[in-house]
Amino acid sequence: MTFFAVENLGVRFGGVVAVDGVSFEVKQGEVYTIIGPNGAGKTTIFNLIGLIYRPTSGRISFEGRELEGAPHHVAERGIARTFQNIELFEHATVLQNLLIGRHRHRRTSLAEEILFLPRVRRAELAQRAAVEKVIDLLELAHHRDSMVAGLPYGVRKVVELGRALATEPRLILLDEPSSGLNPEETDDMAFWIEDMKKELGITVLMVEHDMNLVSRVSDRVLALNEGRVIAEGTPAEVQSHPAVVEAYLGGDD
Amino acid sequence: MLGQSLQLLFAGVAQGCVYALVALGFVLIYKATETVNFAQGDMMMLGAFFGLTAATILGWPYWATILFAITVMAVIGMGLERVVLRPVLGYPTFTVVMITIGIGYVIRGIVTMVPGWGTETHALPTPFGNGVVRIGGAVIAVEQIAVIGMTAALVAALFLFFRFAKLGVAMQATSQNQLAAYYMGIPVQRVNMMIWGLSAGVAAFGGILLAPVAFVHSNMGFIGLKAFPAAVLGGFGSVPGAIVGGLIIGIVESFAGFHLAEGFKDVAAYVVVLAVLLVRPSGIFGETVSKKV
Repeated sequence: MTFFAVENLGVRFGGVVAVDGVSFEVKQGEVYTIIGPNGAGKTTIFNLIGLIYRPTSGRISFEGRELEGAPHHVAERGIARTFQNIELFEHATVLQNLLIGRHRHRRTSLAEEILFLPRVRRAELAQRAAVEKVIDLLELAHHRDSMVAGLPYGVRKVVELGRALATEPRLILLDEPSSGLNPEETDDMAFWIEDMKKELGITVLMVEHDMNLVSRVSDRVLALNEGRVIAEGTPAEVQSHPAVVEAYLGGDD
Repeated sequence: MLGQSLQLLFAGVAQGCVYALVALGFVLIYKATETVNFAQGDMMMLGAFFGLTAATILGWPYWATILFAITVMAVIGMGLERVVLRPVLGYPTFTVVMITIGIGYVIRGIVTMVPGWGTETHALPTPFGNGVVRIGGAVIAVEQIAVIGMTAALVAALFLFFRFAKLGVAMQATSQNQLAAYYMGIPVQRVNMMIWGLSAGVAAFGGILLAPVAFVHSNMGFIGLKAFPAAVLGGFGSVPGAIVGGLIIGIVESFAGFHLAEGFKDVAAYVVVLAVLLVRPSGIFGETVSKKV
Protein backbone atom coordinates (compact mmCIF):
# COMPACT_ATOMS: atom_id res chain seq x y z
CA MET A 1 0.00 0.00 0.00
CA THR A 2 1.28 3.45 -0.84
CA PHE A 3 1.73 5.60 2.24
CA PHE A 4 0.88 8.90 0.62
CA ALA A 5 0.01 9.45 -3.01
CA VAL A 6 -0.99 12.38 -5.17
CA GLU A 7 -2.44 11.35 -8.54
CA ASN A 8 -2.92 13.67 -11.48
CA LEU A 9 -3.67 16.58 -9.15
CA GLY A 10 -4.83 19.78 -10.82
CA VAL A 11 -6.45 23.03 -9.80
CA ARG A 12 -7.33 26.13 -11.77
CA PHE A 13 -8.32 29.54 -10.44
CA GLY A 14 -10.34 31.15 -13.19
CA GLY A 15 -8.13 30.94 -16.24
CA VAL A 16 -4.94 30.28 -14.32
CA VAL A 17 -3.84 26.67 -14.05
CA ALA A 18 -1.92 26.70 -10.76
CA VAL A 19 -1.29 22.96 -10.53
CA ASP A 20 -1.44 20.84 -13.66
CA GLY A 21 -1.56 17.05 -13.47
CA VAL A 22 0.94 16.56 -10.66
CA SER A 23 1.56 13.00 -9.43
CA PHE A 24 4.00 11.77 -6.81
CA GLU A 25 4.26 9.23 -4.03
CA VAL A 26 5.81 9.57 -0.61
CA LYS A 27 7.10 6.43 1.10
CA GLN A 28 6.67 5.92 4.79
CA GLY A 29 9.68 7.16 6.76
CA GLU A 30 11.28 9.35 4.12
CA VAL A 31 11.86 13.07 3.81
CA TYR A 32 10.35 14.19 0.51
CA THR A 33 10.92 17.75 -0.63
CA ILE A 34 9.15 19.84 -3.24
CA ILE A 35 11.26 22.59 -4.81
CA GLY A 36 10.64 25.07 -7.57
CA PRO A 37 10.82 28.77 -8.37
CA ASN A 38 8.26 31.23 -6.98
CA GLY A 39 4.79 30.60 -8.35
CA ALA A 40 5.58 27.01 -9.28
CA GLY A 41 2.55 25.81 -7.27
CA LYS A 42 4.28 24.39 -4.20
CA THR A 43 2.15 26.04 -1.52
CA THR A 44 -0.95 25.46 -3.66
CA ILE A 45 -0.22 21.72 -3.49
CA PHE A 46 0.06 22.02 0.30
CA ASN A 47 -3.27 23.81 0.40
CA LEU A 48 -4.80 21.06 -1.73
CA ILE A 49 -3.43 18.39 0.61
CA GLY A 50 -4.64 20.50 3.54
CA LEU A 51 -8.15 20.52 1.97
CA ILE A 52 -8.30 24.33 1.88
CA TYR A 53 -8.72 24.23 -1.89
CA ARG A 54 -10.75 21.69 -3.80
CA PRO A 55 -8.85 20.18 -6.71
CA THR A 56 -10.36 20.45 -10.20
CA SER A 57 -8.89 17.05 -11.01
CA GLY A 58 -7.06 14.17 -9.41
CA ARG A 59 -7.03 12.65 -5.97
CA ILE A 60 -4.94 12.52 -2.83
CA SER A 61 -4.75 9.37 -0.74
CA PHE A 62 -3.18 8.70 2.62
CA GLU A 63 -2.67 5.23 4.08
CA GLY A 64 -4.84 3.74 1.36
CA ARG A 65 -7.85 6.02 1.88
CA GLU A 66 -8.77 9.15 -0.01
CA LEU A 67 -8.09 12.39 1.84
CA GLU A 68 -11.27 14.45 1.75
CA GLY A 69 -13.62 16.61 3.77
CA ALA A 70 -12.94 19.82 5.69
CA PRO A 71 -9.49 20.96 6.85
CA HIS A 72 -10.04 19.60 10.37
CA HIS A 73 -10.30 16.08 8.96
CA VAL A 74 -6.66 16.35 7.91
CA ALA A 75 -5.51 16.51 11.53
CA GLU A 76 -7.84 13.66 12.48
CA ARG A 77 -6.19 11.49 9.83
CA GLY A 78 -2.79 12.07 11.46
CA ILE A 79 -1.38 14.78 9.22
CA ALA A 80 0.08 17.94 10.75
CA ARG A 81 1.19 21.10 9.00
CA THR A 82 3.28 24.22 9.54
CA PHE A 83 2.95 27.43 7.58
CA GLN A 84 5.31 29.64 5.66
CA ASN A 85 4.14 32.70 7.62
CA ILE A 86 3.66 31.00 11.02
CA GLU A 87 0.10 30.57 12.25
CA LEU A 88 0.16 30.48 16.04
CA PHE A 89 -2.31 31.34 18.78
CA GLU A 90 -0.67 34.68 19.53
CA HIS A 91 -2.38 35.48 22.82
CA ALA A 92 -1.51 32.24 24.50
CA THR A 93 1.65 30.83 26.02
CA VAL A 94 3.94 28.34 24.34
CA LEU A 95 2.59 25.61 26.62
CA GLN A 96 -1.02 26.48 25.77
CA ASN A 97 -0.23 26.40 22.06
CA LEU A 98 1.27 22.95 22.37
CA LEU A 99 -1.66 21.75 24.48
CA ILE A 100 -4.11 22.78 21.75
CA GLY A 101 -2.09 20.45 19.57
CA ARG A 102 -3.47 17.68 21.79
CA HIS A 103 -7.06 18.60 20.91
CA ARG A 104 -7.70 15.54 18.79
CA HIS A 105 -6.42 13.30 21.58
CA ARG A 106 -8.78 14.77 24.19
CA ARG A 107 -11.64 12.33 24.46
CA THR A 108 -13.41 13.57 27.58
CA SER A 109 -16.96 14.93 27.37
CA LEU A 110 -18.14 18.25 28.76
CA ALA A 111 -20.19 16.47 31.44
CA GLU A 112 -17.15 14.52 32.61
CA GLU A 113 -15.13 17.72 32.65
CA ILE A 114 -17.74 19.56 34.74
CA LEU A 115 -17.65 16.72 37.28
CA PHE A 116 -13.86 16.57 36.96
CA LEU A 117 -13.88 12.78 37.11
CA PRO A 118 -10.63 10.90 37.81
CA ARG A 119 -10.62 9.94 34.11
CA VAL A 120 -10.45 13.65 33.17
CA ARG A 121 -7.58 14.22 35.58
CA ARG A 122 -5.64 11.25 34.22
CA ALA A 123 -6.27 12.35 30.63
CA GLU A 124 -5.04 15.87 31.37
CA LEU A 125 -1.87 14.56 32.99
CA ALA A 126 -1.26 12.37 29.93
CA GLN A 127 -1.70 15.34 27.56
CA ARG A 128 0.68 17.39 29.64
CA ALA A 129 3.27 14.59 29.63
CA ALA A 130 3.03 14.28 25.84
CA VAL A 131 3.59 18.02 25.47
CA GLU A 132 6.57 17.95 27.82
CA LYS A 133 8.22 15.36 25.58
CA VAL A 134 7.95 17.77 22.65
CA ILE A 135 9.27 20.62 24.80
CA ASP A 136 12.31 18.50 25.69
CA LEU A 137 12.94 17.46 22.11
CA LEU A 138 12.83 21.01 20.74
CA GLU A 139 14.52 22.58 23.79
CA LEU A 140 11.59 24.91 24.45
CA ALA A 141 11.66 24.58 28.26
CA HIS A 142 13.02 28.08 28.64
CA HIS A 143 10.04 29.58 26.78
CA ARG A 144 7.33 27.30 28.22
CA ASP A 145 5.31 30.07 29.87
CA SER A 146 6.15 32.95 27.51
CA MET A 147 3.40 34.57 25.46
CA VAL A 148 3.87 33.70 21.82
CA ALA A 149 3.27 37.28 20.66
CA GLY A 150 6.48 38.44 22.35
CA LEU A 151 8.81 35.72 21.06
CA PRO A 152 11.45 36.22 18.36
CA TYR A 153 10.72 34.84 14.89
CA GLY A 154 13.09 31.90 15.13
CA VAL A 155 11.54 30.66 18.37
CA ARG A 156 8.00 31.05 17.01
CA LYS A 157 8.96 28.86 14.09
CA VAL A 158 10.07 26.16 16.52
CA VAL A 159 6.89 26.55 18.59
CA GLU A 160 4.83 25.99 15.46
CA LEU A 161 6.84 22.85 14.70
CA GLY A 162 6.31 21.73 18.30
CA ARG A 163 2.57 22.27 18.10
CA ALA A 164 2.45 20.17 14.92
CA LEU A 165 4.43 17.41 16.67
CA ALA A 166 2.11 17.57 19.68
CA THR A 167 -0.71 16.33 17.44
CA GLU A 168 1.34 13.10 17.05
CA PRO A 169 1.18 13.02 13.26
CA ARG A 170 2.32 10.18 11.04
CA LEU A 171 2.91 12.66 8.20
CA ILE A 172 4.05 16.24 8.70
CA LEU A 173 3.88 18.96 6.04
CA LEU A 174 6.51 21.66 6.50
CA ASP A 175 6.05 24.79 4.39
CA GLU A 176 9.48 26.42 4.09
CA PRO A 177 10.79 25.41 7.51
CA SER A 178 13.95 27.50 7.13
CA SER A 179 12.46 30.74 5.82
CA GLY A 180 13.38 33.66 8.06
CA LEU A 181 15.86 31.61 10.11
CA ASN A 182 19.53 32.47 10.54
CA PRO A 183 22.18 29.83 9.61
CA GLU A 184 22.42 28.54 13.18
CA GLU A 185 18.65 28.15 13.50
CA THR A 186 18.51 26.50 10.08
CA ASP A 187 21.11 24.03 11.31
CA ASP A 188 18.91 23.20 14.32
CA MET A 189 15.94 22.77 11.99
CA ALA A 190 17.92 20.26 9.92
CA PHE A 191 18.68 18.24 13.06
CA TRP A 192 15.04 18.23 14.10
CA ILE A 193 13.87 17.11 10.69
CA GLU A 194 16.30 14.21 10.95
CA ASP A 195 15.12 13.49 14.50
CA MET A 196 11.49 13.46 13.38
CA LYS A 197 12.33 10.91 10.73
CA LYS A 198 14.69 8.70 12.71
CA GLU A 199 13.48 8.93 16.29
CA LEU A 200 9.78 9.68 15.94
CA GLY A 201 9.26 7.77 12.70
CA ILE A 202 7.34 10.65 11.16
CA THR A 203 7.28 10.97 7.38
CA VAL A 204 8.15 14.49 6.25
CA LEU A 205 6.81 16.24 3.16
CA MET A 206 8.26 19.70 2.81
CA VAL A 207 8.51 22.70 0.56
CA GLU A 208 11.89 24.39 0.83
CA HIS A 209 14.08 26.92 -0.96
CA ASP A 210 17.37 26.54 0.88
CA MET A 211 19.20 23.98 -1.28
CA ASN A 212 21.76 23.25 1.45
CA LEU A 213 18.99 22.16 3.78
CA VAL A 214 17.25 20.26 0.99
CA SER A 215 20.39 18.29 0.08
CA ARG A 216 21.18 17.59 3.70
CA VAL A 217 17.87 16.12 4.85
CA SER A 218 15.91 14.99 1.78
CA ASP A 219 15.73 11.42 0.58
CA ARG A 220 13.97 12.44 -2.60
CA VAL A 221 13.17 15.73 -4.29
CA LEU A 222 10.41 16.78 -6.69
CA ALA A 223 10.97 19.85 -8.85
CA LEU A 224 8.00 21.85 -10.09
CA ASN A 225 7.73 24.68 -12.57
CA GLU A 226 4.57 26.47 -13.62
CA GLY A 227 2.42 23.85 -11.93
CA ARG A 228 4.04 20.85 -13.63
CA VAL A 229 6.54 18.25 -12.48
CA ILE A 230 9.88 18.75 -14.25
CA ALA A 231 12.11 16.34 -12.33
CA GLU A 232 12.13 13.81 -9.51
CA GLY A 233 15.00 11.96 -7.85
CA THR A 234 17.76 12.28 -5.29
CA PRO A 235 18.76 15.86 -4.33
CA ALA A 236 21.88 15.65 -6.49
CA GLU A 237 20.05 14.27 -9.52
CA VAL A 238 17.36 16.93 -9.39
CA GLN A 239 19.78 19.80 -8.85
CA SER A 240 21.77 18.92 -11.94
CA HIS A 241 18.74 18.11 -14.10
CA PRO A 242 18.77 20.38 -17.18
CA ALA A 243 15.06 21.29 -16.85
CA VAL A 244 15.62 22.38 -13.24
CA VAL A 245 18.64 24.47 -14.13
CA GLU A 246 16.65 26.09 -16.89
CA ALA A 247 13.66 26.78 -14.66
CA TYR A 248 15.81 28.57 -12.09
CA LEU A 249 18.27 30.35 -14.37
CA GLY A 250 16.25 30.66 -17.54
CA GLY A 251 17.29 28.99 -20.77
CA ASP A 252 18.23 30.61 -24.02
CA ASP A 253 15.06 30.80 -26.06
CA MET B 1 -24.66 60.42 52.13
CA LEU B 2 -22.44 57.36 52.13
CA GLY B 3 -25.51 55.16 52.38
CA GLN B 4 -27.04 56.88 49.41
CA SER B 5 -23.91 56.42 47.31
CA LEU B 6 -23.79 52.75 48.25
CA GLN B 7 -27.40 52.40 47.20
CA LEU B 8 -26.71 54.05 43.84
CA LEU B 9 -23.66 51.87 43.41
CA PHE B 10 -25.67 48.68 43.91
CA ALA B 11 -28.40 49.81 41.54
CA GLY B 12 -25.75 50.70 38.97
CA VAL B 13 -23.87 47.41 39.29
CA ALA B 14 -27.11 45.43 38.98
CA GLN B 15 -28.09 47.30 35.82
CA GLY B 16 -24.47 47.07 34.62
CA CYS B 17 -24.58 43.28 34.96
CA VAL B 18 -27.26 43.14 32.30
CA TYR B 19 -25.28 45.44 30.01
CA ALA B 20 -22.26 43.24 30.67
CA LEU B 21 -24.11 40.07 29.64
CA VAL B 22 -25.34 41.57 26.38
CA ALA B 23 -21.89 43.06 25.73
CA LEU B 24 -20.40 39.63 26.40
CA GLY B 25 -22.61 38.23 23.66
CA PHE B 26 -21.34 40.88 21.23
CA VAL B 27 -17.74 40.12 22.11
CA LEU B 28 -17.97 36.32 21.93
CA ILE B 29 -19.37 36.43 18.41
CA TYR B 30 -17.05 39.22 17.31
CA LYS B 31 -13.93 37.45 18.56
CA ALA B 32 -14.79 34.22 16.84
CA THR B 33 -16.29 35.40 13.58
CA GLU B 34 -15.33 39.10 13.33
CA THR B 35 -18.99 39.89 12.92
CA VAL B 36 -20.84 42.40 15.06
CA ASN B 37 -24.20 40.87 15.83
CA PHE B 38 -26.59 43.82 16.07
CA ALA B 39 -29.42 41.44 16.90
CA GLN B 40 -27.83 40.70 20.28
CA GLY B 41 -30.28 42.99 22.15
CA ASP B 42 -33.25 41.44 20.38
CA MET B 43 -32.01 37.95 21.14
CA MET B 44 -31.99 39.02 24.79
CA MET B 45 -35.58 40.25 24.41
CA LEU B 46 -36.65 36.98 22.77
CA GLY B 47 -35.00 35.06 25.62
CA ALA B 48 -36.97 37.11 28.14
CA PHE B 49 -40.21 36.26 26.30
CA PHE B 50 -39.43 32.54 26.41
CA GLY B 51 -38.77 32.97 30.13
CA LEU B 52 -42.07 34.79 30.46
CA THR B 53 -43.90 31.99 28.67
CA ALA B 54 -42.41 29.33 30.91
CA ALA B 55 -43.11 31.33 34.06
CA THR B 56 -46.62 32.71 33.49
CA ILE B 57 -48.24 30.43 30.90
CA LEU B 58 -46.64 27.13 31.88
CA GLY B 59 -46.27 28.17 35.53
CA TRP B 60 -42.74 26.79 35.89
CA PRO B 61 -40.51 27.78 38.81
CA TYR B 62 -37.95 30.55 38.30
CA TRP B 63 -34.90 28.27 37.93
CA ALA B 64 -36.59 26.07 35.36
CA THR B 65 -37.64 29.23 33.53
CA ILE B 66 -34.03 30.35 33.26
CA LEU B 67 -32.84 26.98 31.98
CA PHE B 68 -35.69 26.84 29.48
CA ALA B 69 -34.99 30.32 28.08
CA ILE B 70 -31.24 29.65 27.82
CA THR B 71 -31.74 26.31 26.10
CA VAL B 72 -34.31 27.55 23.59
CA MET B 73 -32.20 30.62 22.76
CA ALA B 74 -29.04 28.54 22.42
CA VAL B 75 -30.80 26.39 19.84
CA ILE B 76 -32.12 29.48 18.04
CA GLY B 77 -28.64 31.06 18.09
CA MET B 78 -27.10 27.94 16.55
CA GLY B 79 -29.87 27.79 13.99
CA LEU B 80 -29.30 31.41 12.98
CA GLU B 81 -25.62 30.74 12.42
CA ARG B 82 -26.27 27.62 10.42
CA VAL B 83 -29.14 28.87 8.28
CA VAL B 84 -28.62 32.61 7.92
CA LEU B 85 -24.98 33.44 8.57
CA ARG B 86 -22.97 30.50 7.31
CA PRO B 87 -24.15 30.95 3.72
CA VAL B 88 -22.76 34.51 3.69
CA LEU B 89 -19.38 33.47 5.06
CA GLY B 90 -16.68 35.34 3.19
CA TYR B 91 -18.93 38.21 2.10
CA PRO B 92 -17.91 41.74 3.16
CA THR B 93 -18.46 42.57 6.85
CA PHE B 94 -21.00 45.18 5.78
CA THR B 95 -23.27 42.50 4.30
CA VAL B 96 -23.12 40.39 7.42
CA VAL B 97 -23.79 43.38 9.69
CA MET B 98 -26.85 44.35 7.64
CA ILE B 99 -28.11 40.79 7.97
CA THR B 100 -27.80 40.89 11.76
CA ILE B 101 -29.68 44.20 11.84
CA GLY B 102 -32.33 42.51 9.74
CA ILE B 103 -32.49 39.55 12.13
CA GLY B 104 -33.16 42.05 14.94
CA TYR B 105 -36.09 43.59 13.04
CA VAL B 106 -37.52 40.19 12.22
CA ILE B 107 -37.34 39.09 15.86
CA ARG B 108 -39.13 42.28 17.00
CA GLY B 109 -41.76 41.82 14.32
CA ILE B 110 -42.41 38.19 15.13
CA VAL B 111 -42.65 38.83 18.86
CA THR B 112 -45.41 41.41 18.40
CA MET B 113 -47.40 38.90 16.33
CA VAL B 114 -47.28 36.03 18.83
CA PRO B 115 -50.50 35.77 20.83
CA GLY B 116 -49.81 36.32 24.52
CA TRP B 117 -46.62 38.26 23.75
CA GLY B 118 -47.69 41.17 21.54
CA THR B 119 -46.79 44.77 22.15
CA GLU B 120 -47.85 44.92 25.80
CA THR B 121 -45.56 45.17 28.77
CA HIS B 122 -45.39 42.05 30.94
CA ALA B 123 -44.05 41.48 34.42
CA LEU B 124 -41.89 38.43 35.03
CA PRO B 125 -42.38 37.07 38.53
CA THR B 126 -39.22 36.32 40.52
CA PRO B 127 -38.83 34.47 43.82
CA PHE B 128 -36.91 37.41 45.30
CA GLY B 129 -39.98 39.48 46.11
CA ASN B 130 -39.75 43.05 47.26
CA GLY B 131 -37.42 42.36 50.16
CA VAL B 132 -34.67 44.81 51.04
CA VAL B 133 -31.40 44.60 52.90
CA ARG B 134 -30.17 47.55 54.96
CA ILE B 135 -26.42 48.11 54.97
CA GLY B 136 -25.34 51.28 56.76
CA GLY B 137 -27.80 53.88 55.56
CA ALA B 138 -28.43 52.13 52.28
CA VAL B 139 -31.55 50.23 51.33
CA ILE B 140 -30.72 47.60 48.76
CA ALA B 141 -33.30 45.44 46.99
CA VAL B 142 -32.77 41.70 47.31
CA GLU B 143 -33.55 41.54 43.61
CA GLN B 144 -30.46 43.61 42.82
CA ILE B 145 -28.26 41.42 44.98
CA ALA B 146 -29.65 38.36 43.22
CA VAL B 147 -28.91 39.85 39.78
CA ILE B 148 -25.34 40.59 40.81
CA GLY B 149 -24.84 37.16 42.38
CA MET B 150 -26.25 35.29 39.39
CA THR B 151 -24.17 37.27 36.92
CA ALA B 152 -21.05 36.59 39.00
CA ALA B 153 -21.87 32.88 39.01
CA LEU B 154 -22.36 32.82 35.23
CA VAL B 155 -19.11 34.71 34.62
CA ALA B 156 -17.23 32.31 36.89
CA ALA B 157 -18.72 29.32 35.07
CA LEU B 158 -17.75 30.81 31.69
CA PHE B 159 -14.24 31.45 32.95
CA LEU B 160 -13.82 27.81 33.97
CA PHE B 161 -15.38 26.65 30.72
CA PHE B 162 -13.01 28.68 28.53
CA ARG B 163 -10.00 27.71 30.58
CA PHE B 164 -10.51 24.00 31.11
CA ALA B 165 -13.22 22.45 28.96
CA LYS B 166 -12.21 20.93 25.64
CA LEU B 167 -14.93 22.87 23.82
CA GLY B 168 -14.09 26.13 25.62
CA VAL B 169 -10.42 25.85 24.71
CA ALA B 170 -11.39 25.03 21.12
CA MET B 171 -13.56 28.18 21.06
CA GLN B 172 -10.65 30.29 22.24
CA ALA B 173 -8.34 28.72 19.68
CA THR B 174 -10.87 29.37 16.90
CA SER B 175 -11.18 33.00 18.02
CA GLN B 176 -7.44 33.52 17.86
CA ASN B 177 -6.57 31.77 14.62
CA GLN B 178 -9.10 29.87 12.52
CA LEU B 179 -6.57 28.44 10.09
CA ALA B 180 -4.38 27.03 12.86
CA ALA B 181 -7.44 25.76 14.73
CA TYR B 182 -8.47 23.74 11.68
CA TYR B 183 -5.12 21.96 11.60
CA MET B 184 -5.40 21.06 15.27
CA GLY B 185 -8.45 19.05 14.22
CA ILE B 186 -10.97 21.58 15.53
CA PRO B 187 -14.18 21.64 13.45
CA VAL B 188 -14.14 25.44 13.15
CA GLN B 189 -17.59 25.86 11.60
CA ARG B 190 -19.28 23.72 14.21
CA VAL B 191 -17.44 25.61 16.95
CA ASN B 192 -18.59 28.93 15.48
CA MET B 193 -22.15 27.65 15.51
CA MET B 194 -21.78 26.76 19.18
CA ILE B 195 -20.39 30.22 19.90
CA TRP B 196 -23.60 31.69 18.46
CA GLY B 197 -25.54 29.32 20.69
CA LEU B 198 -23.52 30.32 23.75
CA SER B 199 -23.92 33.97 22.94
CA ALA B 200 -27.68 33.65 22.54
CA GLY B 201 -27.89 31.67 25.78
CA VAL B 202 -25.99 34.39 27.65
CA ALA B 203 -28.34 36.98 26.10
CA ALA B 204 -31.37 35.02 27.33
CA PHE B 205 -29.90 34.96 30.83
CA GLY B 206 -29.42 38.74 30.64
CA GLY B 207 -33.01 39.19 29.47
CA ILE B 208 -34.38 37.27 32.43
CA LEU B 209 -32.22 39.21 34.86
CA LEU B 210 -33.36 42.49 33.33
CA ALA B 211 -37.04 41.56 33.36
CA PRO B 212 -37.83 42.42 37.01
CA VAL B 213 -36.18 45.83 36.56
CA ALA B 214 -37.43 46.84 33.15
CA PHE B 215 -40.37 44.50 32.42
CA VAL B 216 -40.66 42.34 29.32
CA HIS B 217 -41.71 44.03 26.09
CA SER B 218 -40.84 43.88 22.43
CA ASN B 219 -38.58 46.94 22.54
CA MET B 220 -36.46 45.91 25.52
CA GLY B 221 -33.80 44.82 23.02
CA PHE B 222 -32.81 48.43 22.54
CA ILE B 223 -30.70 47.95 25.63
CA GLY B 224 -28.22 46.70 23.06
CA LEU B 225 -27.58 50.37 22.33
CA LYS B 226 -26.13 50.64 25.85
CA ALA B 227 -24.39 47.30 25.79
CA PHE B 228 -22.58 48.08 22.55
CA PRO B 229 -20.74 51.09 24.03
CA ALA B 230 -20.02 48.88 27.05
CA ALA B 231 -18.21 46.43 24.79
CA VAL B 232 -16.36 49.26 23.02
CA LEU B 233 -15.40 50.80 26.35
CA GLY B 234 -13.93 47.53 27.60
CA GLY B 235 -12.01 47.05 24.37
CA PHE B 236 -14.05 45.28 21.70
CA GLY B 237 -12.93 41.70 21.58
CA SER B 238 -12.03 41.41 25.26
CA VAL B 239 -14.24 39.22 27.46
CA PRO B 240 -13.20 40.81 30.79
CA GLY B 241 -13.47 44.17 29.02
CA ALA B 242 -17.13 43.56 28.19
CA ILE B 243 -17.92 42.85 31.82
CA VAL B 244 -15.97 45.80 33.22
CA GLY B 245 -17.36 48.07 30.49
CA GLY B 246 -20.92 46.99 31.30
CA LEU B 247 -20.45 47.63 35.01
CA ILE B 248 -18.90 51.07 34.41
CA ILE B 249 -21.78 52.13 32.20
CA GLY B 250 -24.34 50.86 34.71
CA ILE B 251 -22.67 52.71 37.59
CA VAL B 252 -22.20 55.93 35.62
CA GLU B 253 -25.87 55.89 34.59
CA SER B 254 -27.02 55.28 38.11
CA PHE B 255 -25.03 58.20 39.55
CA ALA B 256 -25.77 60.51 36.64
CA GLY B 257 -29.49 59.80 36.95
CA PHE B 258 -29.47 60.86 40.57
CA HIS B 259 -26.99 63.73 40.68
CA LEU B 260 -27.36 65.36 37.28
CA ALA B 261 -30.27 67.05 35.58
CA GLU B 262 -32.90 64.93 33.91
CA GLY B 263 -31.84 63.52 30.57
CA PHE B 264 -28.21 63.15 31.49
CA LYS B 265 -28.79 59.57 32.54
CA ASP B 266 -29.11 58.41 28.97
CA VAL B 267 -26.21 60.42 27.59
CA ALA B 268 -23.80 59.85 30.46
CA ALA B 269 -22.79 56.43 29.17
CA TYR B 270 -21.79 57.80 25.77
CA VAL B 271 -19.91 60.72 27.36
CA VAL B 272 -17.84 58.25 29.37
CA VAL B 273 -17.18 56.12 26.29
CA LEU B 274 -16.00 59.17 24.35
CA ALA B 275 -13.76 60.30 27.19
CA VAL B 276 -12.16 56.86 27.62
CA LEU B 277 -11.67 56.37 23.89
CA LEU B 278 -9.90 59.74 23.65
CA VAL B 279 -7.34 58.52 26.16
CA ARG B 280 -7.28 54.84 25.16
CA PRO B 281 -8.56 54.46 21.61
CA SER B 282 -8.62 50.67 21.88
CA GLY B 283 -10.65 50.59 25.09
CA ILE B 284 -9.68 49.59 28.60
CA PHE B 285 -8.60 46.01 27.90
CA GLY B 286 -8.11 46.41 24.18
CA GLU B 287 -4.75 45.72 22.72
CA THR B 288 -3.06 48.38 20.69
CA VAL B 289 -2.61 47.05 17.23
CA SER B 290 0.36 48.58 15.55
CA LYS B 291 1.06 47.58 12.02
CA LYS B 292 4.64 47.13 10.97
CA VAL B 293 5.46 49.05 7.82
